[in-house]
Amino acid sequence: MSIKTANQTTLQRLTEAQPFLVDCVPAAQAMGLTERIVLHAGPPLPWERACATVQAAICCAVRYEGWAPDDAAAADLLRRGEVRIGPCHHQAAVGPMTGIITPSMPVFVVENRAHGNRACVTINEGLGKVLRFGANDASVVERLTWLAREAGPVLGAALRATGGIDLRALMAQALRMGDEMHQRNVAASSLLARRLMGALARVGSDAQAIARVADFLGANDQFFLNLAMVAGKATTDPCRGIPDSTLVVAMARNGTEFGLRVAGLGDRWFTAPVEMPKGLYFPGYGPEDANPDMGDSAIVETIGLGAFAMAASPSVIRFVGAGGFQEAVAATEEMAEISLGEHPHFKIPTLDERGTPVGIDIRKVVETGITPMINTGIAGKVPGTGQIGAGIARAPLACFEKALEAFGRR
Amino acid sequence: MSPEAIRSVVKPSAYQDSVTLLLLARQLRSGSGVLEAAALMATPSNKDLFEQSGLLTAEAANAGPNDLVVAVRAESAAAAEAALDRAARLLGGKSRRLEGSGRIAPRTLESAKRLLPDANLALISVPGAFAAQEAKKALRLGLHVMLFSDNVRLEDEVALKRLAVKRGLLMMGPDCGTAILNGVPLGFANAVPRGRIGLVSASGTGLQQVTTLLAAQGQGISQAIGVGGRDLSEVVGGLMALQALDALAADPASGLVMVIGKPPAPAVRERIELRLRAIGKPCVLALLGQGVREGRDGAIHVVATLEDAALAALALLEGQPFAPQPFSIPPIDLRQCVEDARRGLQSGQGSVRALYAGGTLAHEAVLILEPLLGSVATNLAPGSVGRHLVIDLGADEYTVGRAHPMLDATVRVEAIRKAAQDPEVAVLLLDVVLGHGAAPDPAGDVAPAIAAALAAARAEGRGLAAVASVIGTASDPQDLAAQCARLEAAGAWVLPSNAQAVRAAACIAGGEPVLARLLAGES
Amino acid sequence: MSPLGELFHQELRVINLGLEYFAEEIERLGVPVIHVAWSPPAGGDPKKAALLAALADEDEDDA
Repeated sequence: MSIKTANQTTLQRLTEAQPFLVDCVPAAQAMGLTERIVLHAGPPLPWERACATVQAAICCAVRYEGWAPDDAAAADLLRRGEVRIGPCHHQAAVGPMTGIITPSMPVFVVENRAHGNRACVTINEGLGKVLRFGANDASVVERLTWLAREAGPVLGAALRATGGIDLRALMAQALRMGDEMHQRNVAASSLLARRLMGALARVGSDAQAIARVADFLGANDQFFLNLAMVAGKATTDPCRGIPDSTLVVAMARNGTEFGLRVAGLGDRWFTAPVEMPKGLYFPGYGPEDANPDMGDSAIVETIGLGAFAMAASPSVIRFVGAGGFQEAVAATEEMAEISLGEHPHFKIPTLDERGTPVGIDIRKVVETGITPMINTGIAGKVPGTGQIGAGIARAPLACFEKALEAFGRR
Repeated sequence: MSPEAIRSVVKPSAYQDSVTLLLLARQLRSGSGVLEAAALMATPSNKDLFEQSGLLTAEAANAGPNDLVVAVRAESAAAAEAALDRAARLLGGKSRRLEGSGRIAPRTLESAKRLLPDANLALISVPGAFAAQEAKKALRLGLHVMLFSDNVRLEDEVALKRLAVKRGLLMMGPDCGTAILNGVPLGFANAVPRGRIGLVSASGTGLQQVTTLLAAQGQGISQAIGVGGRDLSEVVGGLMALQALDALAADPASGLVMVIGKPPAPAVRERIELRLRAIGKPCVLALLGQGVREGRDGAIHVVATLEDAALAALALLEGQPFAPQPFSIPPIDLRQCVEDARRGLQSGQGSVRALYAGGTLAHEAVLILEPLLGSVATNLAPGSVGRHLVIDLGADEYTVGRAHPMLDATVRVEAIRKAAQDPEVAVLLLDVVLGHGAAPDPAGDVAPAIAAALAAARAEGRGLAAVASVIGTASDPQDLAAQCARLEAAGAWVLPSNAQAVRAAACIAGGEPVLARLLAGES
Repeated sequence: MSPLGELFHQELRVINLGLEYFAEEIERLGVPVIHVAWSPPAGGDPKKAALLAALADEDEDDA
């Protein structure tokens, strides 16, 4: 197949995917996790190379599962391989920031009805001191326990009752309301809550439990982030293994390395050291406190949202300093330089209904030196800190250069 | 007196084109207290240039080929920093935003075509190493191409032209500096009226000379297609010239066809002449080379100078006989001008010093001077020797780290000053080229140097003359009449064409014998 | 009619690559022109540029 034809196939699968949110069940059940495993964001990561924040989150998850009483014992199990770690991506899942998934955690299940494949993601814990930002104290474990015991089953029952929620349509609508689905999800979270309200009300007899879940949903502006991510995963997985295609199907970070996957290059990861995000910090914090870039959330940019839709969400551009609408438009246009096409469903009203740039071509990245921009949260590098800011990170050029060389030798 | 200061600033990954940077450096040099300035991409060879000018700071040395470095040496730290501030403002003002739409400038041909889907021409002037690939991209996108870049490999030129012919597209160049398509001047070209003459040219300034002479007589052009300097060579075989001729043959607006170039390889000349004959329209074939015999061969009129090409076309269009004269000035006036110019010349002053911005015009000067005055040394023919000197200042050796002489007169001004000190030089010979792409005041850029040169010679008890031709039209952005007046006020004798200016210079250097030969119709 | 024959009847619409100067001249004439903010492909690295060119050749039927 010619590169041109292969890329057209990939682009079509990327843009015609139909991700539907259908269920919420324990990860062990949804993903067939039978052993003691902790999944993390980003490409494969040996325990010794993980940064302190990721290690702390993994140890906290081991404690949550009850496999060890404290962090020292947990670290011991991990070093000896008695608890395995591995990428969420390898289990048809994604995770934001530290991206931790363990067997008893409840996960949302999304089905791509255009292709039949499924993908999973955890329930977003909320803002501030949460596991995904590397917080690891008792309050984190308590919340995770509540999510598994109460929120997960309630949400699962509600979702099964709806027959599935069309996430593509929801995101297209949220885009028109100022969300880009990475740093801004308040409209999407609101649309989701509205969609779920009736089903939640009808689903069970424990009104208090439903009230707690409803409050939890209502308090988190970023609730939809995880769903945008899993919609992205369900969209891109069928694009893996299209021979001769140079389009990107995954971008993911583990706090140490940035990983890239390309449609025509199978399951190979092309990695390079992650870069430091640049952005704005909460009071009391600065760039010297920041953890290197992490999370699978760059999957959102991979399907033409997030930084690629910046022009639809100009308030986000403030995170890289002074800038307004012009800068947001410039960012979207810069991403168009490295993208094959315009999304037929994700349209930007402020740009005369132009579709968002989608279909990142590694050839264009190497040719122009323009690397994909990723909107991201910033975690503190000291374990337990949590979120300290938000900003923009870039995918390292080296990943694309390595991928291109591999493509040339294929 | 405060000590000299060297300051630099590095802008990483901030590519700017060579002309922008060279003009920026020139602006900085004119700043108060600035001794030297350079703005270049930090490639290895450019770093050598920095070093030679004493501008290679540590950060400049550490910069990479994609980094832009501006460095300044000034009389004081304050002056250096002021210069760098000015550079930042000038560069910052180069917004990547497109006029009107507010969109940011595209980074590739492909994204440009998405913004301008019915684009039909790519004008490419990137460094030679990258030019062929960009031209190939443009042709594959269905665009006609004008390739200004030179230093493109010959085999790439052939492949590009074959691809263009296959797709029915124009591939003008490489090394194509001038074209006029659908009345639009492209590259270095003059404002000339639309008309009936269609031209195909392997030379940029040659095209400029012919079109401006035609315009002066009220004759316009339909299309002027440049094909690049190597198109008529054996290897390229006239591929693009033939394609262009086919297009002009089919163009009802073109009533006369002209081809301009150096004499091609015999096989190529045959192919060209065959095509010209088949066109069925009157044709002029201007071949600028030694021993070209002017004459009529059926519908094809062969001429040996650019001015004769224009005169032959005019004659054909007006149904008049073609009777070229060496000068368009009456003999009496001519004699007077030569006498005036020769006033004060000492014995031993007998050589011509020609300093050209246009390569083909320099070439034409050599062709006309040699039969009249004997051997000419010229950088156009390495190893040539002679009493007379013709320099093409646009050649590579004169444009290292400098903009082309059409834009920047610095090198020519220095050459004029040096020529005035040479006791053998009788006459300075110059071309002053106007038009789109040329400097805003080409005559003003050299006039002071000419006046100073004539005065300097006089001060040493010698004579010295200056002769120039101005290649331009009354519609060009520069004021043609004022440009001629400026040169005359500086003491130069301005003639209507390069050929006449060269002959006038020969008369001044060689005296009455040369003048008599020309008026008798020889050479 | 070949593209070349058609060109003489079309409005010239130019894409300029390289010296920005030329685009400025053309724009002053009122001719539609877009200047490309070009920089050497792959940052000027010749091996990567050659690979990009080879991959572009794969897709085209120039022969």
